[in-house]
Amino acid sequence: MISCTKMIETIFSSGFFQRAVVAGGFLALACGLLGIFLVLRKDAMISHGLSHVAFAGVALGLVLNFLPVVISLIVCIIGSLFILKLKEQAKLPGDTAIGILSSAGMALGILLASLKRNFGVELMTYLFGDILAIEPIEVWLSLGLALFVVIAIIIYYHKLVFMTFDRESALVSGVKVKSLDKLLAILTSITVVLGIRIVGLLLVSALTVIPAASALQLSRNFKAALILSSSFSLLSILSGIFLAYVFNLPASAAIVFLSIFIFLLTLGLKSVVKN
Amino acid sequence: MAQYLEEIVKVEEVSFAYEGIPVLKDINLSIYRGDFLAIIGPNGSGKTTLLKIIVGLLRLQKGQVYLFGQPIEEFRDRHKIGYIQQKATYFDPTFPISVEEVIEASLRSTQKMEKKSPKQLKEKIGEILKLVGLEKETKKPITRLSGGQQQRVLIARSLATEPKILLLDEPTTGVDYLNQQNFYDFLGQLNLEHKLTIVLVTHDYGIVNKHVNKVACLNQKLIYHGEHSEFCQSAAIQQLLSGGHHLISHKH
Repeated sequence: MISCTKMIETIFSSGFFQRAVVAGGFLALACGLLGIFLVLRKDAMISHGLSHVAFAGVALGLVLNFLPVVISLIVCIIGSLFILKLKEQAKLPGDTAIGILSSAGMALGILLASLKRNFGVELMTYLFGDILAIEPIEVWLSLGLALFVVIAIIIYYHKLVFMTFDRESALVSGVKVKSLDKLLAILTSITVVLGIRIVGLLLVSALTVIPAASALQLSRNFKAALILSSSFSLLSILSGIFLAYVFNLPASAAIVFLSIFIFLLTLGLKSVVKN
Repeated sequence: MAQYLEEIVKVEEVSFAYEGIPVLKDINLSIYRGDFLAIIGPNGSGKTTLLKIIVGLLRLQKGQVYLFGQPIEEFRDRHKIGYIQQKATYFDPTFPISVEEVIEASLRSTQKMEKKSPKQLKEKIGEILKLVGLEKETKKPITRLSGGQQQRVLIARSLATEPKILLLDEPTTGVDYLNQQNFYDFLGQLNLEHKLTIVLVTHDYGIVNKHVNKVACLNQKLIYHGEHSEFCQSAAIQQLLSGGHHLISHKH
């Protein structure tokens, strides 16, 4: 018992672990809140598409040897606004626009990666994530950006709810729907880029989609959905980091499996309540 | 009678086409305060298009629309307009939103109510739900209500911003006959007792004709626009009958 307590104390006093928990905690909150809007807008795949676009940004950053996270954030924001343009001007369905941009992002990333062959290991940390290797500066960056996402959602909360529920009526009521579309696209880009360091490019969309989908199984109102989604996101990210640290597992896989486990639990709970 | 003279909507020489296919041609129409106007016409006659142009969902291609005397592009007092679109109750059944939240989101999104305290807002929501007879359903998810109740929530949401005009596009699609009748009786009451101007797009004229006082009959062009009483003797009615319209109330 004493050794177990000591082990937990050692884990919690570790700098790696503390940084991972702070960065992961704030990211969880941002993902939980944003995910509900994305899933209800039938836009869940945008985070998956943008993670592929971010790959091009990471590769560009590595080629230029200049802050891959910052470069991928810029590339992602441009990509997300381009997806909106394709939907609006070319009248393409959302999933088609996302499909085109994500393929373009991946192709560009592969091309850039082939230009410089010696950053394979570094590229792998972006593909699969490595939250326990997160730098102090990245913790501050995550904290600032995650706070920006959370504050933006709080400020525009009612307008976002209105347009997510009934877009036409929101437009008639004078809600600036197109500007809010852009805001959501930018917030998603920020969240995707933040998630890359934690679960990696390949699994980042799980952070926005799965906790929100779990919350929607049990919620009767919007506020409950937001609270549940953030709680599930927080629970899976923090427990995932802990399990990864203790059992030397890849944190990304641990986080995603925990999210899926919670999702299955909520599905089961829903059917029990229904019956 | 002075209250009936205020021109709330003026449609002037409006034409509209979808990808070159004309839908509306040279429409001129005025809606005055206190009107309960039914816009009727066969399928594809441009009723929904006209309504969408009036509320600003479709951009003008030709002509002009004035709302409360202002050109639509300059009109900013959007809270004066209440709008319920076609198939408005076809919600995503998994959407988690309570009756109270539906109204709160709309109220907090309009300039007029943005700054109200939570207590004032709660009172306002309670008041408006009482008006539509749903004061006991405040916390219920909207998806758990019947079609008729959902319609009332949407009406409550529109009325909450204290609009001067309410525009509805086939609002009772998917609602059973009894609830349709109750719904139109309620609209009639809003028009008579609260002097609310109402514009209603419908292809089932029979069920609304006892409440409306004006009729606009559309088939790309405006065939008739005037008093409901005169409409029944007009030539426009023959065109409507040939378009499969229901002029007498009937049960589906």
